[in-house]
Amino acid sequence: MANKNQNKTPEQKAYNQFEKKHELKRPVLKNCIRAFWVGGCFCLAGQALTYFYIYMFNFTEKTAGNPTTATMVFLSMLLTGFGIYDHIGQYAGAGSAVPVTGFGNSVVSAAIEHRTEGYVLGVGGNIFKLAGTVIVFGVFSAFVVVLIRTVIMMWGGS
Amino acid sequence: MPAKSQTWTFTNRPAILSTGVVGGPFEKKGQMAGDFDRFFEDLWIGEDSYEKAQRKLIEEAVGIALKKRNLKETDIQFFLAGDLINQITPTSFAARTNAIPYLGLFSACATSMESLALAAFIVNHGGAEKVLAGASSHNATTEKQFRYPTEYGGQKPPTAQWTVTGAGFAVVGTEENGPAPRITSATIGKVLDLGISDPFNMGGAMAPAAVDTIEQHLRETGRDPSYYDLIVTGDLAKIGRSIALDLFKQRNLDIRSEQFQDCGLMVYDKSQPVQAGASGAGCSAIVLYGHLLNEMKKGRYQKILLVATGALLSPLSYQQGETIPCIAHACAIEYL
Repeated sequence: MANKNQNKTPEQKAYNQFEKKHELKRPVLKNCIRAFWVGGCFCLAGQALTYFYIYMFNFTEKTAGNPTTATMVFLSMLLTGFGIYDHIGQYAGAGSAVPVTGFGNSVVSAAIEHRTEGYVLGVGGNIFKLAGTVIVFGVFSAFVVVLIRTVIMMWGGS
Repeated sequence: MPAKSQTWTFTNRPAILSTGVVGGPFEKKGQMAGDFDRFFEDLWIGEDSYEKAQRKLIEEAVGIALKKRNLKETDIQFFLAGDLINQITPTSFAARTNAIPYLGLFSACATSMESLALAAFIVNHGGAEKVLAGASSHNATTEKQFRYPTEYGGQKPPTAQWTVTGAGFAVVGTEENGPAPRITSATIGKVLDLGISDPFNMGGAMAPAAVDTIEQHLRETGRDPSYYDLIVTGDLAKIGRSIALDLFKQRNLDIRSEQFQDCGLMVYDKSQPVQAGASGAGCSAIVLYGHLLNEMKKGRYQKILLVATGALLSPLSYQQGETIPCIAHACAIEYL
């Protein structure tokens, strides 16, 4: 990415500058506000579910996380299947992409999309097309963080 | 005509004899809904995959175009068409159905005018009596191939465009004696790359190609922009159109903004969430064969220049960091 601009001819550079003036900018502030309140609602629903599992069933604050996540992902799968989640996504942006529901959406939408290519090569082969990168780098960064923590603990030794 | 001209002039009066224009449910809510021959109520069109649905769109549009003139598949000598999907399978599979000798074309969204220009050329020079030309696109197949799964909740930027679900096909021939929309000249564009690499900003990438083709066309035909009632680009949409207008000024082309329109801004209603506008190989095809020809028949326009623009990228090429090369082909259509 870094050397992309260096490869451009002067004519291309001039056009890119000229073109930028016409481009509609992403409304960053509006998008932030929308992401904040929609994402907040998702989290509020999650919190309500956590309390529901704690008070209605025998979950503790620590163990209620798993059923809550599962329920939220299930709901986002339903919304994806009914064709609603992508509309929420266009409105909310990061607000619906960052919570775990966004992860569910990326898995299910890919599964639906590639269903016509069969279960094995279509659904199985493509279901983590979008989410796969989250898993790969999620696991990798967790590994790096733990490594750093372990090294610090060894030196600091507490 | 100079020896190295990129413009063809047709003197044997090739005409658009009949057209077939079909669309999907989203197009039905758009501003040119009255100009379609048929709508389909959902994107599946009774098929079990979107790719098959796109094939069905083509078959339906071809069928309507033939039926309007009581023609059979065997009356057509050549079928020139293309689409945006890998290896243009929807079009090729439709050609399997109609069994008309077939030339598969690809210039991305400029395929519509590539096919019309070639059809006019073949007919004009006696290569055939009747040729079918056209292009199609399907929102879900295109999104799947070029962007994300249809139901994925990603946020599109305001520069993004909405791929049209639709197909526009026309029978081109010379037998019409009365007044008819005729292709009088065509300019074949060259590939231009001005270094835009954002696949969510096609209009910005394609505008210079459109302006270049228009400039060449006017120069080689010796015409003033005022010769045309309307100069229409394929799918530049909001951003591309405003860039093109600025480029005209820079190059001293006297094209007024009310004379310069874009198919990408004519398909959908303002209230529809299509960001910058419509796009797709079917976009310019349905607007020309549907809306614009109807307006010509009503007498609102006499001479139009349709400049279809295409972004020649693939998902692979932009992921590898390549910029987007673009092309534009123009056809002059006059009612005479």
